Amino acid sequence: MKNPTGMSRRHFMKHMAGASAMTIPALTLGNAIRANAQTLKKNNKSAIMLWMSGGPSTMDIWDLKPGAVTGGPFSPISTSGDVQICEHLPMTAKQMHNMAIIRSMSTREADHTRGRYYMHTGYVPNPNVEHPSYGAVVSHELIDQRKGSLEIPPFVAVGGGSVGPGFLGMAWAPFAVNSNGRVRNLDMKIDDKRLMQRMATLRLIEDGFIKQNRGQAAKDHAEILNKTLNLMTSDQMQAFKVEQEPEPVRERYGATNFGRGCLMARRLVEAGVPFVEVDLGGWDMHTGIHSTLADTKLPELDRAMSALYEDLEQRGLLQDTAIMWMGEFSRTPNINGNAGRDHWARAWSVTVGGAGMNGGIAIGATNGDGTRVDTQPYSSQDVMASVCKSLGISLDTTFTSLSGRPMKIANGGKVIKELFA
Amino acid sequence: MFDGRGLRFIGRAVAALLVAGFVLSGAGASAASPKGKKLAPADDFGYPQVRLINERIRLAWKDYGIKPSKPATDGEWCRRVHLDILGRIPSQKELLAYVGSTESDKRAKLVADLLFSEKYTEEYARNMTTIWTNVLIGRSGGTERNSLTSRPGLQKYLRDSFAREKPYDRMVEELISATGSNTPGAPNFNGAVNFLTMKLEDNGAQATAKTAQVFMGLQVQCTQCHNHPFNEWKQRKFWEMNAFFRQTAALRSFNPGTRDITGVQLIDQDFAGEGGNPEEAEVYYELRNGLLKVAYPVFVDGSSISRSGFLEDANRRGELAKMVAGSEYTQKAIVNRTWAHFMGYGFTKPIDDMGPHNPATHPVLVEELGKELRKHSYNLKELMRWIVLSEAYSLSSRTTSGNTADDPLLGETPKFSHFYLRQMRAEELYESLLVATQAQNASGSYEQQEDTKREWLRQFVIAFGNDEGIEATTFNGTIPQALMMFNGGLVKRAVSTDKGGFLWNIAHGDLSNTKKINFLFESALARKPTKNEVGIANKLLVARKGDATAALQDLWWAVLNSNEFIINH
Repeated sequence: MKNPTGMSRRHFMKHMAGASAMTIPALTLGNAIRANAQTLKKNNKSAIMLWMSGGPSTMDIWDLKPGAVTGGPFSPISTSGDVQICEHLPMTAKQMHNMAIIRSMSTREADHTRGRYYMHTGYVPNPNVEHPSYGAVVSHELIDQRKGSLEIPPFVAVGGGSVGPGFLGMAWAPFAVNSNGRVRNLDMKIDDKRLMQRMATLRLIEDGFIKQNRGQAAKDHAEILNKTLNLMTSDQMQAFKVEQEPEPVRERYGATNFGRGCLMARRLVEAGVPFVEVDLGGWDMHTGIHSTLADTKLPELDRAMSALYEDLEQRGLLQDTAIMWMGEFSRTPNINGNAGRDHWARAWSVTVGGAGMNGGIAIGATNGDGTRVDTQPYSSQDVMASVCKSLGISLDTTFTSLSGRPMKIANGGKVIKELFA
Repeated sequence: MFDGRGLRFIGRAVAALLVAGFVLSGAGASAASPKGKKLAPADDFGYPQVRLINERIRLAWKDYGIKPSKPATDGEWCRRVHLDILGRIPSQKELLAYVGSTESDKRAKLVADLLFSEKYTEEYARNMTTIWTNVLIGRSGGTERNSLTSRPGLQKYLRDSFAREKPYDRMVEELISATGSNTPGAPNFNGAVNFLTMKLEDNGAQATAKTAQVFMGLQVQCTQCHNHPFNEWKQRKFWEMNAFFRQTAALRSFNPGTRDITGVQLIDQDFAGEGGNPEEAEVYYELRNGLLKVAYPVFVDGSSISRSGFLEDANRRGELAKMVAGSEYTQKAIVNRTWAHFMGYGFTKPIDDMGPHNPATHPVLVEELGKELRKHSYNLKELMRWIVLSEAYSLSSRTTSGNTADDPLLGETPKFSHFYLRQMRAEELYESLLVATQAQNASGSYEQQEDTKREWLRQFVIAFGNDEGIEATTFNGTIPQALMMFNGGLVKRAVSTDKGGFLWNIAHGDLSNTKKINFLFESALARKPTKNEVGIANKLLVARKGDATAALQDLWWAVLNSNEFIINH
C-alpha cells in the first residue's frame, strides 16, 4: 500500500520515532498517531449535498405547471415514484422511488450571497456571528462514529467552495477540490525523517507564537498544519482519484465536472468521509432559460444524479447516506422579456433521499401557477432538521457560539414528518 | 431568531450613541482604566487628525472598561506598516535601519517615507492596484472565457492613478463615467472602463448595485426586486439609480470570422426610454404585486437631472459620476474601507454596508475623518498616514486580561484595543516571499512579473458562477493553502539551495552561524530567534551532518511555514 508520496503509513510512523530520537521535541500529530486504520463500519452515516449554485428553476424541474401561463414548455413524465417530474430527467425518473420532493419550500432570501448562506446554515446572515454550514455541522457530529480512522478531511467540497465552518473553527472548514480530483502540492519530495525534523522546528516556532495570546488565528493555523500532514501521508487520498473507476462507471455518471464530482462523492463516502458537497453551477438563468435547461443543464444533472442514487443503492450505501439537492432559491414563475426567469424564493422545491427517508413522494404543493405555497411551508431549517434526523443526529444538540450564546442545531427547525412516517 | 437580531441591533445602536455622546461632552485626551489608572497621553506626531482618532478610540475603551494592550515592538510595527502600505514585509535591511534608529519621530519618518518617497511609489501603487482590482472586478474578473473585462487594462489605469496620487473623488468619477477601449494598446484605451464593461447585462443591474456598494457603502442589490425589510433603500431608488446607466453600452469587437472577443468599447448613446419616448426616457420596473412602475434618473439624495434620453441634453452616467464623487456617503465609505484595511475591521460589518440599519461603531470618527479627507483634497495617503500613526494601530496584538473581551470573532464590535491578527492576502504572501529571499528584482518587465503572479494566484480562486460575480478564495487558512506552503513551487523556490541563490549565499557567506540564523529570522519574522529556536537550528545542523545550506533550508522552510510569518501581527 503506497500512497501518492511513495511513503507507506507504517514506514512514515517509524521515521517519526526517528525524529524524536534526534531529541527534537516530541510531536503530537492528532490522527496520525493512530496508525492502523480500522476497517470502516458499514453503518457509518454520511450526507451528500448536490448544490445547484445560481438558483435552479424548480417549476421547470420538480413541480411542473403544464398549461399555466407561467408553466414554460416542458412536459411532466411519470416516474418510479408516486410523482411526476420534468421530461428532461428520464434517468432520474427511474430513481424517484428513492427521493422525496419537498414542493412547499418558502424562504425570504432572494439574493445569491444571502440565499447561499441561509440554505447552507439555516440562519440568515448576521454581521456578528458566522454560523457553521451543513458540512461543518454534519461532519462535526458524525466524526466520532469514525473512531479516529479518518485521515482525510471530513468535509469535502467538490467543484465549489461551499460555506465555511463559522464558529466551529477552521478544523471543520470544507476541503475544496476540483472534480478532476487532483489535489495540488501533495508531494514534498524529501525523506520522511527530514520532514519530521522540519515539522518539529516548525512546531517550536508555531507554539511560541500561540503562547503569546494573540488570538484564535494562531491556533487555527497549527491545527491545519496537523491535518495537512495527516492527509499528505494517507492512503485514503486514493478516494479522490475518480480515474481509477472502470470506464463504464465513469460513463454512467457522465464525462462532466458534475458527473465526476458525484462519482468522487460516492468514493469519498465509501472511504468514510461524513459530508461531501458537489457543486453544479450555472443555474442563474435570467435569459434563455428553457433552451439552456433542455440542451445542457438538465441532461448533465440527470445522468450524474441518477447514477449517484443507483450506485449507492447497489452498494448498499444509500440506506446510510442522505442526499440533498438544492440551490439558494428558485426562479420567478413569470418568464421575463429575455425568455429567462429571475430570482424567486417564495415558493419552490428541494429534494432529499436516502438514509431511511421516504422516497417516491411529493411533500406539500404550490398553487396553479407556482406563485404561492398552498400547504404548510417549509424552510431551510426544516430541511436541515430532517436531514439531521435521518443521520441520527439529535435535534437537541446545541452549539455554543464563540460569544457563549447557545445555538440549536438546524436553528430549531422542525422535522418534516412525511419523510419519516 | 428575529428577536435576537433585533436585540443585537438595539445593543449596537446604544453603544454607538454612547460613543457619540461622550464625544459631544468634550474630549479628554486620556481615558481612565477600570482601576482608575490613567493612560499616558498618546502621541499624535503633531497631526490633529491623529489626535482625533486617539481621542475617539480611547473614549470607547473608557465606555466599555477596556484597557489597551502595550505598544507593539519596533520590529512588529515596522513589519505591519510595510505589509499594509506596500503589500510586503520589510527586507532585513529596512528592518534593521528602522529598529536601530534612535530618533524620537522615527515612526512618522518611516510612514512619510513609505507613502511619499519616490523609491516606494511603484510598490505602493502595486499594492493599492491589487486591492482595488479585487474590489472593483473581483479576483476572477477578466479570467472568464470571452471576458468583457481586461484585468491588465484596469490595473494599468489603477497603477497610474495611485502612482500619481490622483485624488480619490476624481478616481471615483473616472471609474463611473469612463468611455473608451478596455484593452491596453488599443486606440482610445481607457482602462477605467473595465469597472463597468461586464456589469451592464440585465439593464445594468450589476452596474447599479456595485456602484452604490463599492463607492457609497450602500447595499441595494436586494431592492432590485422588492423593498427591503431592513434597509431604508426602496425599490424605486434602485431603478432611479439604474436609470443613470441606460445610455451606456459595451461594444465588442471580434477576431474576424470567430466569436473570440478582442476588445470592448464602452460608449454612451442616446436612450430611447423603455416607453419609446426619448424626451422622457423612462425605465420600467415591476412591483412584487405585478404593478408596473416608472423611474427616471434621481440620485440617492433626491437630486434629479433631465429626463431626456438624448446625450446632448444630459450625459446621465457623467452626471451620476459627479454626484457620487461629491457624496457624503462616498466620503464615509472610503474612510471605512481604508480603516478596515489597516485595522483589520471597519466601523461597520460588512464594510460596504453603511446604511441606516447598520450604524457605525464610531460614528463621529467616520464623520470627522471623512470631512478631513475632503479638506485634504481626497488625498488617500493623508488618510493612511493619520490611521497608521494612531495609537490603535501601534498596539501589540498580544491581548491582556484587560482586553480579551475585545474580540470581533466573539461577535463583539471592534474596540481596537489591540491589533487584530489577520492572515496575509495571497498577493502579500507572494510579494513578501520575493522580498524575504531577495528575489524581488528578478528578471522580466513589470508586466511579465505581474503575469507570473496572476498565473500563480489563479489556483486559489473559486467562482460561484452567478450574475453577481460572487467568488471565494481557498487562500483562507485551510489545507490547500497549507499544502501550497509546504510543497508548492513558490516556496520550493524560496527554500532552494541552488548555487548562487539566497540560501546558498548566506550559507557560504562570512557571517557566523548565529548571525546566519538571526538573518533568516529577521528577514521573515522581523525579530531575532529565541534561545530554543537557535537550539533547534543547531540540532538541524547536526542532523544534516554539518551541511549548512541544507540545515538553513530546513530552518527557512519552517520559518516560512509558521503562523507568525503568514499572520500580520
